[in-house]
Amino acid sequence: MRKILIVDDEPNIVMSLEYIFKKENFEVFIARDGEEAIEIAETTIPDIILLDIMMPNVDGYQVLNYLKSNEKLKEIKVIFLSAKNKISDVELGLQLGADKYLSKPFSTKKLVKEVKTLLTKK
Amino acid sequence: MSSLLVILIIVVYLAVIFYVAFWAEKNSKSKWVNNPYIYTLSLAVYCTAWTYFGSVGLAATSGLTFLTIYLGPVIIIPVWIILMRKVIRISKINKISSIADFVSLRYGNNRFLGALITFVCVLAIVPYISLQLKAISETFNVITKHHIIGNSIINDTTFYIAILLAIFAAFFGTQHTDATERHKGIITAVALESIIKLVFFLIIGLYVTFYLFNGPTDIYSKVSKLPNFEIQQTINGVEGGFNWFLLSILSMIAIMLLPRQFQVTVVENEREKYLKKVTWLFPLYLLLFNVFVVFIAWGGKVVFENQQVDADLFSLLLPLNNNHEFLALLVFLGGFSAAISMVVVSTLALSTMLSNNLIIPYGFLRKYSEGESEENTESIKTIRRLAIFSLIIVAYFFYKFFTLDRSLVSIGLISFVLIAQLAPSFFGGLFWRRGSSKGAIYGIIAGVIITIYTLVIPFTIDSQLISTSLINEGLFGSNILKPYQLFGLQIFDPVPHAFFWSLFFNFLIYAAISVAIKGSYRERNFAEMFVDSNKYASMHEDAYVWKGEAYVKDIKKVLTRFLGDKRTERALNLFYMKHNLNKNIQYADARLVNFSEKLLTGSIGSASSRILISSVVKEEEISLPEVLNILDETQKAKASNKELKERDKQKDEFLDTVAHELKTPITSIRALSEILLDDEEIDTTTKNKFLTSIVSESDRVSRLINNILDLEKLATGKQKLNLNKNSIETTIQKSIDAVQQLAFKKGVKINEEGVKNTTLLYDEDRIQQVILNLLSNAIKFSNEENGAVAIFTYINENKIEISVEDNGKGIPQDELDLIFNKFYQSKNQTVVKPEGTGLGLAISKQIIESHNGKIWAENIKPNGARLTFTLPLNSN
Repeated sequence: MRKILIVDDEPNIVMSLEYIFKKENFEVFIARDGEEAIEIAETTIPDIILLDIMMPNVDGYQVLNYLKSNEKLKEIKVIFLSAKNKISDVELGLQLGADKYLSKPFSTKKLVKEVKTLLTKK
Repeated sequence: MSSLLVILIIVVYLAVIFYVAFWAEKNSKSKWVNNPYIYTLSLAVYCTAWTYFGSVGLAATSGLTFLTIYLGPVIIIPVWIILMRKVIRISKINKISSIADFVSLRYGNNRFLGALITFVCVLAIVPYISLQLKAISETFNVITKHHIIGNSIINDTTFYIAILLAIFAAFFGTQHTDATERHKGIITAVALESIIKLVFFLIIGLYVTFYLFNGPTDIYSKVSKLPNFEIQQTINGVEGGFNWFLLSILSMIAIMLLPRQFQVTVVENEREKYLKKVTWLFPLYLLLFNVFVVFIAWGGKVVFENQQVDADLFSLLLPLNNNHEFLALLVFLGGFSAAISMVVVSTLALSTMLSNNLIIPYGFLRKYSEGESEENTESIKTIRRLAIFSLIIVAYFFYKFFTLDRSLVSIGLISFVLIAQLAPSFFGGLFWRRGSSKGAIYGIIAGVIITIYTLVIPFTIDSQLISTSLINEGLFGSNILKPYQLFGLQIFDPVPHAFFWSLFFNFLIYAAISVAIKGSYRERNFAEMFVDSNKYASMHEDAYVWKGEAYVKDIKKVLTRFLGDKRTERALNLFYMKHNLNKNIQYADARLVNFSEKLLTGSIGSASSRILISSVVKEEEISLPEVLNILDETQKAKASNKELKERDKQKDEFLDTVAHELKTPITSIRALSEILLDDEEIDTTTKNKFLTSIVSESDRVSRLINNILDLEKLATGKQKLNLNKNSIETTIQKSIDAVQQLAFKKGVKINEEGVKNTTLLYDEDRIQQVILNLLSNAIKFSNEENGAVAIFTYINENKIEISVEDNGKGIPQDELDLIFNKFYQSKNQTVVKPEGTGLGLAISKQIIESHNGKIWAENIKPNGARLTFTLPLNSN
């Protein structure tokens, strides 16, 4: 079973995404901030991470940086999910090595499709 | 010494200079090339071969007069620094490449004025260049003991040297098409030559004073026995004093306005702060240079007492006389350095003027407006190179075919007087707004005519030994029109006399016409920019008033013809970025028009660039008062712009955050709704849970919107306070009742024992909102187990303090002030969203401040935070 890690500090967003990806037969892990995200990523090595950017303490950019600088974790696919949608934000995200950038609010169907394409690419 | 050896030495010397220039051009970023010392030394291009030989000659024949040439600059230096800082600043902003450009731009970018000044400069400087060639040739002949046979050019070493100098100037002077680009190679070479000429001159000075004689006192005691000595070594009473005074003024003007000085001081200036070094170093240089002049002159007089010897050549003849040929060679090389620096820098400056202010604006504009960028830049460079060669060749023939029998000094001073004709329009233009182009033009023409009549013509007659009736009897036999004693003025020597009258009329006409005839609005615009340069420097393109219609496309086309696609694109992108403009704008505004003009100015001069840009834009006339009004307004706008930008930034950030905060609940709502819509198998419990979440997220959105509107109303003062006499105890009680449910759920106990009953004036709903907010925050942040919140009041002089405490973790010290900011989220906040909106405390602060109270946060011991606000008691 493929593993997905959802990182967001919004409980209702997490709740909905968890429901959706469980239905899609994913093993779902949840982190409420950046630190927790890194911790869980290291122990579970998920196939893909859905990453929010604006979080207290460690933010999404920092998490991504951490992942990309780590041999074990740098292959993990990352989709940024953020309400920040200025061109500069998107560019920064992609430059740092995110595979996709979806701005909030997003269509859940599109999200599922993106996740699937990214994982079949592998 | 054999000619061949000397020629060989010259060639080696020139090779070294070429190499240094080449190296400097390659390493133009090196600190060896960019420093205030190189800059200061390059200013010493002021000391030419004339200084080297002529001042000795002058000192020998007419005593201390030579000192004025150097005293002027030394005296003026402190003022010069301030003036030049202004001139440099203006020139950099407007990409000015010569003095002709500077003056003509000041008077509304007047093409004719620029050409006129170029003409005056060429007239003044070409003979001056001949003088340098003459010095090279004469000293070469002296040192090689060569006697000139016939007038053949083929056998004249000076001719080849002149050609080499032209190649040097043309090669290093036209590396860039943009004439405002600095010529590092030439400047570094000139600086090196300044050292060489000074050191060699000091050596010969020391040699004469201490080797040939036993120190200064020995020379003095010997020379003072010569006839006529007294008269020469004093100022000569009041008349002499006037002469001295005028000559000092003349040299003060020269150090600022000579084209080569303008070139090294202004155009080649890398940083304004280099001027500081000049303040002491340059006068020191001039003083060192002049220490031994008198002694060499006196020494020469003593040694060559009864011989017919040219005093100009004393410094060369003295060592030769004692068979010290090597020393004589050093003197020759020193003079040679002085001469070639002057020739190179002067031709560089003149060639820029010739191309940018005369040839291009009058001849080549049409061709350029159709040509391709590469052809155009090549053609501009070719014009400059040809100008350099022509100037040097004309100077050479001038020296060759006019018997320049007068001493070196006289020709130099004539050229000073001619250059001084630029002074009224130059200085007037810097400080007097009314100074107009017509005044400048007629003033200069009058000044030049008078100089020609009182100095150039009689001087030529003198040197060519033609009839002297003009000088002795005046034009038409009129006493009043005697060239050396115009209007019966007899107290002055010829040079101060010509200087006095020419400048007198020049200034008078300039002032009179400027007062009588108003300049155009364009002139006035530039006048404002020049006179008030400090004020407008920060406005850049905004200081240029322009109204009309212009398309970016057309302007771009013109720019591309000179700069090429890449540079045009880059320059425009930078411009858009600086002014925050969209890249795709179609209409050009005043700023873009001005910016484009400046871009071209470096390459083709201000007059041509104005004509070219004007040809593709449609300008409307503006009245003078309108120009001043617009300038005034932009000025004010600029001042408040910074503040506005800061506020804009804050607003942008606020809007960003608002957008983010609104999108977050909407994301949840959308995701949850999509599930409910698509998933038909969803069980009832989950469905209810999702629906409840949707409702609570919707609430969050509306709460957020209300809060934002609230804040906006409070901040802009649109929300009027409903002030009434109220009991604070009642208000607090109402608030506690409202949060009781929340406190109960979290098991938090609220202590309200410290509340006193006081009545005062306030908006009850608003204050209740604040207390409610503080209480719910306190409940939120109080200790997980045995959470406790206390509220109490305290009367302090004329205000009441209301405090809310909790027993939670407290607030990080560095966040105490920040928590009142909009959307501030504490790092320590672990409370699960979506409870607050992040605006509660910001709103509370607004409410309290509109009641003339204060609100602040502090930490209490052993744990917990206290938020306190005050309300004034006597606010009625």
